[in-house]
Amino acid sequence: MPAQFVLSRAAFVELLAALRAQGYRLMGPTVRDGAIVYDELSGVDDLPIGWTDEQDGGTYRLTRRDDAALFGYTVGPHSWKQVFHPPAVKLWRAVRDERGLRLEAEPLPAAKTALIGARACDLHAIAIQDTTFLHGPVVDRRYEAARRDTFVVAIQCGQAARTCFCASMGTGPRASAGFDLALTEVLDERGHRFVGEAGTPAGEAVLARLPHRPAAPEDLEAAAQRHDAALAQMGRRLDAGGVRELLQENLDHPRWDEVASRCLACGNCTMVCPTCFCTATSDRGDLAGREAERWQTWDSCFTMDFSYVHGGSVRRSTKSRYRQWLTHKLSTWFDQFGRSGCVGCGRCITWCPVGIDLTEEVRAIRETPSRPGPAAEPSHGHP
Amino acid sequence: MTPTAEPPATGPSAFLPRSFRVAAVHRETAETRTLELQPVDGRPAPAFVPGQFTMVYVFGVGEVPMSITGDPARDDRLVHTVRVVGAVSRAIAGLRRGAEIGIRGPFGRGWPLTEALGRDLIIVAGGVGLAPLRPVIYHVRAHRAAFGRVSVLYGARTPDELLYRRELARWRRDGAIDLQVTVDRASAGWTGLVGVPTLRLRQLTIDPARTLALTCGPEVMMRYAVRELEHCGLDAAQVHLSMERNMQCAVGLCGHCQFGPDFLCRSGPVLRADRVLPRLAIREL
Ligand SMILES: Cc1cc2nc3c(=O)[nH]c(=O)nc-3n(C[C@H](O)[C@H](O)[C@H](O)COP(=O)(O)OP(=O)(O)OC[C@H]3O[C@@H](n4cnc5c(N)ncnc54)[C@H](O)[C@@H]3O)c2cc1C
Ligand code: SF4
Repeated sequence: MPAQFVLSRAAFVELLAALRAQGYRLMGPTVRDGAIVYDELSGVDDLPIGWTDEQDGGTYRLTRRDDAALFGYTVGPHSWKQVFHPPAVKLWRAVRDERGLRLEAEPLPAAKTALIGARACDLHAIAIQDTTFLHGPVVDRRYEAARRDTFVVAIQCGQAARTCFCASMGTGPRASAGFDLALTEVLDERGHRFVGEAGTPAGEAVLARLPHRPAAPEDLEAAAQRHDAALAQMGRRLDAGGVRELLQENLDHPRWDEVASRCLACGNCTMVCPTCFCTATSDRGDLAGREAERWQTWDSCFTMDFSYVHGGSVRRSTKSRYRQWLTHKLSTWFDQFGRSGCVGCGRCITWCPVGIDLTEEVRAIRETPSRPGPAAEPSHGHP
Repeated sequence: MTPTAEPPATGPSAFLPRSFRVAAVHRETAETRTLELQPVDGRPAPAFVPGQFTMVYVFGVGEVPMSITGDPARDDRLVHTVRVVGAVSRAIAGLRRGAEIGIRGPFGRGWPLTEALGRDLIIVAGGVGLAPLRPVIYHVRAHRAAFGRVSVLYGARTPDELLYRRELARWRRDGAIDLQVTVDRASAGWTGLVGVPTLRLRQLTIDPARTLALTCGPEVMMRYAVRELEHCGLDAAQVHLSMERNMQCAVGLCGHCQFGPDFLCRSGPVLRADRVLPRLAIREL
């Protein structure tokens, strides 16, 4: 393990200032409309200081902590796809005049972005979207440009929500890659501080300019306690063993009808999912008919339009749309991208208005497979 | 000789259409038109593999997938046949000579023409499903000696709905390929075949071991064609079909064309029947 260091809270404030001085815009958690969302930060005071969240199926509530932790909560309705794969993007503009039709591509984004407080599940989600947009046969240049200059300050979770199941998916709670700096926030009798490690030369370079000291055994012990607490609090479990085959073999399972009777097909789960990437393209024109714009916006496989072809949608029933979402996430994602599309962040459970819980859905299918499926195996990474 | 170019690796321009001018419009039937398009920049039209498609953009109206239906040996124009079913297709069909439109592509995986070399070919097309197969026919006719027996079964609902009538008549006359045209419902004056094209399959002389079949049309017709071809001794792996799904980005990033694990715009629209049949049996997949 690389050498661990300790940053004081004051040094953490300096870290944010140093990143800003290097031209990074800081993106991180902040309180808005009763939830912790990701937005641009002007400094440490924009963080949800002293707040925590309570989450469960269909519920999310912010409450006060009895300390002034900067990162004493888990993940909210936003994910980093807000930053790299935004909800609405203009692709190009078309002008029609006497000279004919001219098409102008929208310039690519040029921002340097520092992610402040990305969690282990988030980092895996970013890696998954990188695979989708950067490592397939076609590269999305806009995503590539937005991603190019990214500095990641990860926060190691010191607590987990009742909806978290990253341990089942092998994506957390401890981040081991994908960051420049990874920090564990510790508040105890020895003070408010961050025990951390650098993951890249860029992280080491930033660290070198901050006041810090090597971590003492007590610091490491305190950080390890936080990690253990998060693992112990993990509120959900998904038996991921063989789930890819399980779902493929149960496309006609009665459970799909049962979940469809509860699902509102609102698409919330797809909006909050940090790996869902589907988009719709639409054209917006001016009234005079001289200009038109092509926009790309997040879309959801839960809408009727999603699968529309002349004559009607392919997936008319809610059953088929829920099935599409879950089988894509947990099964066909392997065929397409070589791994599961789920990172166990639990957002889809929390933000589902009726509290549908994919870990429950998988369990129900596993318990009564319509065809003999693979036997349940112990999930990976769970104690 | 065989056009086998893979779909181009596309960058930012993947989303940016290229301007084309309508060079000619042909009325095929009451609801279909064939458009010949030329790049406004004066450079050649893009090379394509028969079976590939483009995204056709009409200013201020929208963009839809359309199969390329011209001769793959010609690079002076891009040809599309459009059937009017809604706003965008109506706008495309209503374009006049000289109008400008946007084109992205070509995209997707086409018919397996390399695999077809030296073999007998059976082509089964229904309705506008002939459009993506016409480039295969051009190609086969241009390299006739490179293929064995070639049978084309083409069906439309009525004689009035047959595409490319003059060309079909010419092809029937010169006999380079065995072309059978059939209609579901005959009208006065029709002296040709009546019935769905798949019914003709059992009448063909087929050497299953050396045959490859290509089919495009309504999904029910294609399913039926595979079943009939299996009855004739072919394996589903010797049959290729072209699938239609909602497609918006055409490069496998928007998610709309998913069919199980496949992004049909990328691993399709042409797929081997043995890979898709099990999925076609599942409703609303
Ligand atoms: C690979 C491929 C090749 C095709 N080739 C041809 C062809 O050569 N000739 C032809 O006439 N038609 C072809 N189609 C079908 C054609 O794309 C649709 O008929 C067309 O999109 C209908 O749009 P619309 O606005 O006129 O109709 P509407 O039914 O009003 O459609 C509204 C919108 O839904 C979407 N949509 C509807 N149907 C489809 C569809 N089948 N695929 C994707 N999006 C759809 C489009 O965004 C469309 O603008 C092809 C489709 C695919 C997928
Ligand atoms: S599962 Fe829940 S969040 Fe997802 S579409 Fe159904 S009701 Fe909405």
